[in-house]
Amino acid sequence: MSSETKQILTTDGIPLEVSLKKAEKKNKIKAFLLVAPLLFFLIITYVFPIGDMLFRSIDDKMVTQMLPKTFKAMETWDGQELPEEEVFAAFHEDFIKLVEDKREGKLSTQLNYTKNGFKSIIKKLRRASKKFEEGNYKEQIMSVHKRWADVEYWRAIQRRAPEFTGQKYLKGMDMYVNEEGKIVSVEEDRRIHRVLWLRTLEIAFFVTVFCFLMAYPIAHLLATLPMKYSNLLMICVLLPFWTSLLVRTASWMILLQQQGIVNDFFVGIGLVADDNRPEMMYNKTGSYVAMTQILLPFMVLPLYSVMKTISPSLMRAGKSLGGTPFVAFWKVYFPLTIPGIGAGCLLVFILAIGYYITPALVGGASGTLISNQIAFHMKSTLDWSFASAMGLMLLSGVLVIYWLYNKIVGIDNIKLG
Amino acid sequence: MALPKYTEPHYRIWHYIYLTICAAVFFFLIAPLFVIFPLSFNAEEFLSFSDGMKRLDPDAFSLRWYKDMIYGTKNPWGLAAKNSFIIAIFATIGSVILGTVAALGLSSRHMPYKGLIMAVLISPMIVPLIISGVAIFFFMAKAGLAATHTGIVLAHIILGTPFVVITVTATLSGFDHSVTRAAASLGSDPVNTFMKITLPLILPGVISGGLFAFVTSFDEVVVVLFLAGLENTTIPIQMWTGLREQLSPTILAVATCLIILSTLILVTAELLRRRSERLRGINR
Repeated sequence: MSSETKQILTTDGIPLEVSLKKAEKKNKIKAFLLVAPLLFFLIITYVFPIGDMLFRSIDDKMVTQMLPKTFKAMETWDGQELPEEEVFAAFHEDFIKLVEDKREGKLSTQLNYTKNGFKSIIKKLRRASKKFEEGNYKEQIMSVHKRWADVEYWRAIQRRAPEFTGQKYLKGMDMYVNEEGKIVSVEEDRRIHRVLWLRTLEIAFFVTVFCFLMAYPIAHLLATLPMKYSNLLMICVLLPFWTSLLVRTASWMILLQQQGIVNDFFVGIGLVADDNRPEMMYNKTGSYVAMTQILLPFMVLPLYSVMKTISPSLMRAGKSLGGTPFVAFWKVYFPLTIPGIGAGCLLVFILAIGYYITPALVGGASGTLISNQIAFHMKSTLDWSFASAMGLMLLSGVLVIYWLYNKIVGIDNIKLG
Repeated sequence: MALPKYTEPHYRIWHYIYLTICAAVFFFLIAPLFVIFPLSFNAEEFLSFSDGMKRLDPDAFSLRWYKDMIYGTKNPWGLAAKNSFIIAIFATIGSVILGTVAALGLSSRHMPYKGLIMAVLISPMIVPLIISGVAIFFFMAKAGLAATHTGIVLAHIILGTPFVVITVTATLSGFDHSVTRAAASLGSDPVNTFMKITLPLILPGVISGGLFAFVTSFDEVVVVLFLAGLENTTIPIQMWTGLREQLSPTILAVATCLIILSTLILVTAELLRRRSERLRGINR
């Protein structure tokens, strides 16, 4: 090759290109080693556990492991008519073992998720099974309760055979797999989760809108005032920003309670009667007011940082070219602030959609969000797989917005304070 | 914001409407915080202004809720404060070390997959806290760290590092790398260069990131609710329980102390920010 003769060599006799690449690689490794401790720490303690949530949300081994022989015997059953004696005998064997381990209660809870009515018949079966004679288990089990002779219930048991299930996700959308194996919605008056999802979106959306409407004028004022005044006013934005969330929620609880200052004020100016004070807390109003105030700084700061870079001469130019102040604002100033609006709105929306503490304290029953439902299942019903499923549904929504944010603003451009 | 003399009347009116709107929004932002101060000195057990307070009668004010906060036997505020400070301090140290080192790597122009790695490092700030809480709880339960200080400190390091990474990366973006090269050419090894040259220059960013991490930990309640046992109770947990069960004026006394603390942190953060801007020559 002709290039061979032209190739520049370092003093060691290695081609310069190779040597440079080597140095580059060394630098890459160096940079990566600096990031590595935090990256691996987060992967182990944070990213994997979120993966674990995914696994838990579809994991349905519990029943599979409780009734191994039954499911083996059921493999040949077509599900049309009542299963054969073989299945009943296997079920009896599994059940006796469960009773010995005192785990039949768990089985009944689990089966009840699939079909209502298992709780009582499993209790009855436990009592009756003590007197069972060997052989002909089909007759004996069917005689315990008429539901044991109902093929629907055996089909319900069969549906729990797979080790993995998407039913928690369906439940989160108020849907389930019916007897024919079709995905259908639950009855209209029991669609609690859909109501919660919609309410979460609704509250997050309106809180974002309110924050935007309130933040825009003050961010503009802060950006246009002379430094010494704007620094002072900036404290009004930064002090709430640095103050504990619980403290701010507490102050709203004091203000909004029925004997609180806001109500006193309304009574004082004669807006409402003293004996007819409106309920402003423990409902949606409470969530709206408190969340708007708490998230407002997150809207002001990105708007302010964008507005500060806009030269005031642009507005003057617009006006001098014959635009009225409104036209100049709308055609010149506003379009320049759109990056800030995008950043602020996405940030507030992301934060609002996952809000938990404030709605739990001031939201009451009608102002709680999907996060509160997740916490409820984590702490009260202990249905962790359902909590995981709903958490991941929420997370996927947030990640979409995060991705948008990254596209529009870039995560490197997040500014604090 | 004085208007020029030739301004037409209806723009003048609009301008005053605009100022009024701004004033109302500032009031909405800041006023709720100031309700807590006077009420925490209430001599009575109510959470509204008593008639005596409205008349500014000195007897209507007292320090009883502050005494209750410090000496009250039923109130575990002492333990909670101790735990909160211990956890926050260790979480801050952990976040600052891990976050600063990672930011150094991220700011290098040789860093591969920068966007992806940045997205992972920032994610604890973006993912809703309730989800972080569930995930971290699963991990700590498996690792046997639930209901221990160590577990909570680790959880708060996870939540605090994004702030340190962001602030330090921002500081490093204006950093003149020729000074470190100069140090290296004068025979300094990388560790020495970092301690003597880089660190002093990026210190404002590191400290303000640390302040964020401290406040995040000190104010964090969602994840702690999943992790803490009775022994690990913190101020936010006590406030949360208090606010859910019954709003007592003692909580307002605690809240007042927290507002004072956050004011101090705000002042420190602002001073640091200005110093940093001055050092980087941004300030006009």
